[in-house]
Amino acid sequence: MSNAKDVTDATFETEVLNSSDTIMVDFWAEWCGPCRAVSPILDQIAGEHSDKIKIVKLNVDDNPQMAMKYQITSIPAMKVFRGGEVVKTVIGAKPKPALEADLAEFLA
Amino acid sequence: MRQLIIIGSGPAGYTAAIYAARANLHPLVIASSVEAGGELMKTTEVENYPGFPEGIQGPELMMKMQEQAEKFGAEIVLDDVVALELEGDVKRVTLGNGDVHEALAVIFATGSAYRKLGLPDEDRLSGHGVSWCATCDGFFFRKKTIAVVGGGDSAMEEATFLTKFADTVHLIHRGDSLRASKVMQERAFNDPKIQIHYNTRVERIYGDELVTGLGLIDTVTGAETTLDVSGLFIAIGADPRTHLVHGQLDLTTFGTIAVDGRSSRTNLAGVFAAGDVIDPTYRQAVTAAGSGTVAALDAEHYLASLPAELRAGAEPLAATV
Repeated sequence: MSNAKDVTDATFETEVLNSSDTIMVDFWAEWCGPCRAVSPILDQIAGEHSDKIKIVKLNVDDNPQMAMKYQITSIPAMKVFRGGEVVKTVIGAKPKPALEADLAEFLA
Repeated sequence: MRQLIIIGSGPAGYTAAIYAARANLHPLVIASSVEAGGELMKTTEVENYPGFPEGIQGPELMMKMQEQAEKFGAEIVLDDVVALELEGDVKRVTLGNGDVHEALAVIFATGSAYRKLGLPDEDRLSGHGVSWCATCDGFFFRKKTIAVVGGGDSAMEEATFLTKFADTVHLIHRGDSLRASKVMQERAFNDPKIQIHYNTRVERIYGDELVTGLGLIDTVTGAETTLDVSGLFIAIGADPRTHLVHGQLDLTTFGTIAVDGRSSRTNLAGVFAAGDVIDPTYRQAVTAAGSGTVAALDAEHYLASLPAELRAGAEPLAATV
């Protein structure tokens, strides 16, 4: 369904927080229709800007710790991390142009 | 150029696509990038769609409709319409990716969009405790106290669904009785986790990072109270999604697209409308599907009435399946 790599409660620190890249975490779940709809769009954005941003996915069903830590109450929730900090949050499935506008500062 | 473009992919759009495809019109369906399948994609069990005595999951029903439309030759594009030119013989549809499609006829079936309460902190706390989708977000309110605002079927459905997760669901309704169907009301009345507050209006949403509570007003006495909740689900109805056709298609006083009598014909020749976007009253999956049928038959009739040389300019009809 998606090309994005999965991260988990166990790998979050290594893969996201300690990474030197700009990383967007897509908090999602199998039962979330809008998550399934936005997933291929995130893949496209990741593919077109692979030098600028990496996109990974965190399944909130399987990884409740990170979902709780980042106070997720609505999915899809996309959080951009830089140097271990959240620098941007986008909530809800949006069309590609709208997501690109939200993420413009990281894609330029 | 196409014979027919259908905008929208709920029950109206897909049913129109099934009929038009079976009429060999090879319709192009602009299904939306993130909302393909429409409102039913956000529901769980659908119990009132005929033919499914055991009920069917909303997303599954929509997948089946899509499959049925594709089986007969409808082509589906997952993108959004950003501009429409509906006057004249040839209609132009511009998509989010920049593609422009032309057709001799258009069926407009864009449905409706959730209504907001219109409160100052509603947008800011949206996604931080304020939600329009219980099936998407209910999971995050396990063992919490939450509120649902609304008095119709969708409010009952949300409240009942949310009791799977939440300890207490406050159902907040402005009126003194519910509008929901009897079966949905009964289900809410009989659920020990649901507390119904009649004659009550949400006046404020409290919370910095996340929702922490609501300011409520008793619509009879004017008394103000606060209610501690960590989530607010809004189910107060929906408005027809007509912004793409403002200035081109006539609207009714309800804000729906005006159609001629029981037909789907709008004020512009070759432009038809179907589903919730023309329906201020019923707004059911099955009425939308029926409305989609009407639009496909009207469009087929219209196309047949066009001069042969005009139709010859459009893409050849699909091979018979």
